[in-house]
Amino acid sequence: MKQDAFEAAFAAEWQRLEEYIVVLTPPERQFADDARIEQIGREFPALYREVCHHLALARARRYSLKLQARLNRLALSGHQHLYRSRTPVLGNIGRFVAREFPQSFRLHWKPIAVSALLLYVPALLMALAIYLDPAQLYGILSPLDVARMESMYDPSNEALGRERQSDTDVMMFGYYIYNNVSIGFRVFAGGILFGLGSVFFLVFNGLYFGAVAFHLSSIGYNEPFWSFVAGHSALELTAIVIFGGLGLSVGMSAIAPGRQRRWQAIAESTRRGVPLIYGGALMLVAAAFIEAFWSSTTWPPATMKYTVGLLMWLLCGLYFLSMGRREA
Amino acid sequence: MAAPILLDTTIDIATPEGVELGLPLAGVGARSLAWLIDALIKTLVMSVFAVTLPLLGEFGDGIMAIVAFVSLWFYNVLFEVLRHGATPGKKALGLRVMYADGTPVGWNGSVIRNLVRFVDVLPGCYAFGLVSVLLTRNFQRLGDLAAGTVVAFADESADAGSVSGGDVLPLTLPLAPDEQQAIVSYAERSPTLNAERAEELAQILEPVVDEVSADRLRGHARWLSGSVTPS
Repeated sequence: MKQDAFEAAFAAEWQRLEEYIVVLTPPERQFADDARIEQIGREFPALYREVCHHLALARARRYSLKLQARLNRLALSGHQHLYRSRTPVLGNIGRFVAREFPQSFRLHWKPIAVSALLLYVPALLMALAIYLDPAQLYGILSPLDVARMESMYDPSNEALGRERQSDTDVMMFGYYIYNNVSIGFRVFAGGILFGLGSVFFLVFNGLYFGAVAFHLSSIGYNEPFWSFVAGHSALELTAIVIFGGLGLSVGMSAIAPGRQRRWQAIAESTRRGVPLIYGGALMLVAAAFIEAFWSSTTWPPATMKYTVGLLMWLLCGLYFLSMGRREA
Repeated sequence: MAAPILLDTTIDIATPEGVELGLPLAGVGARSLAWLIDALIKTLVMSVFAVTLPLLGEFGDGIMAIVAFVSLWFYNVLFEVLRHGATPGKKALGLRVMYADGTPVGWNGSVIRNLVRFVDVLPGCYAFGLVSVLLTRNFQRLGDLAAGTVVAFADESADAGSVSGGDVLPLTLPLAPDEQQAIVSYAERSPTLNAERAEELAQILEPVVDEVSADRLRGHARWLSGSVTPS
């Protein structure tokens, strides 16, 4: 069969598949009615296989490259529609929260434990270092930062420096989201550099937090500081630790890919950790919400804030230890 | 399967239908341009927000921070997932993000590749990403590697040009299939060339064919692809 005859014989079919693909591709898809989609769904696979067959024929018969390219493009689009994976992210948010996230947490418990050590041990060491030599504080924070922190939590401030209108709460909410969720994402993403990025961000954040916490406590600003951080600390720190854990596990698969090729190992370990990304981001948004609308309030007595903080830690621990065990 | 073309940038995707689909991958140039267009769009939109939102006072500042957060991490994700793999910049260049097996990128892949973008940007000017794209076979930056995605040309709309309409010249030389294919492909491509260049390319056959010309090759191509002489 010569090329022209071939094209004449099947052009109508190719055109039909092209039309179907246009209808199935967003944004056109939204405008198609259900009956049309259903009819396409019935005919699509057979039509697509036909075109694959034509492509194979066109290659075997050495039809022109242009025709081959057209059929290849058509088959590729068909392939995309027929074989697309439908994994709705958070498609079932209830099941995700109740099962997948805590299960994934437990699956990654080792790197998450290491990540926690990388955050908290430097914090403690920093506190110890400042205890032994207060000048160490300025190795981490500039004098300007220190002054800012001090003024923020000065107990003689009647308003704690945080007494604000609800508009200000919204402003801080946005700011916390931008800042804290971005930190979480960076801690994870850095893991692809053989884990080094994650280690760096964890240790640095640990040192910073240790320095601020110890300094403010040692100059007698305990109550404003600790009662402020208590409420959101559980969600925020745990989420950072989770992102760190995922980063470390990705880094570990880069260092020791085992029987896979390195990039396959990295892609595989990232894919397995996807629930941690979504879960961690949710936790950080929740933490930002608490930080903006609860931690900043001044009416509750400090004991109440400590109690809430403690409760959050307990709930957090219970959640990750026990949720979704039956279904695992 | 097509004759292997060395120095090509397509990858073959094996399909259950037993035919291999060629996926033309995009390199640094096209991707940088797409990025530039996206960066311009983002800057434009952000500056509109930056002018209008502060009018709402601190409430507006808060919304501004959230908008900045979304545009920083999720601009690409939203477009890639909801607009069939293409941000406006990619769309302008006919690019699309897809998994390396040719299926459309989903939320998971897109989120991963765009979070890891943070590392690709390091230590400045996308240096890691650039090195990674240049070194990997499928032109993947680190984010693509982690997510198992590639960026490909998927929207080239070269319409299958027709060679018909003109004299049909039978070929007396016996030609191998590849040679026939070369002539037909030349004829299909020749409308996109200027006349001098078309002639110049035709002259390559000088040692084999007497009095070769672009017109004559087109005539042969018509005969090879089966056109009948217009009566």
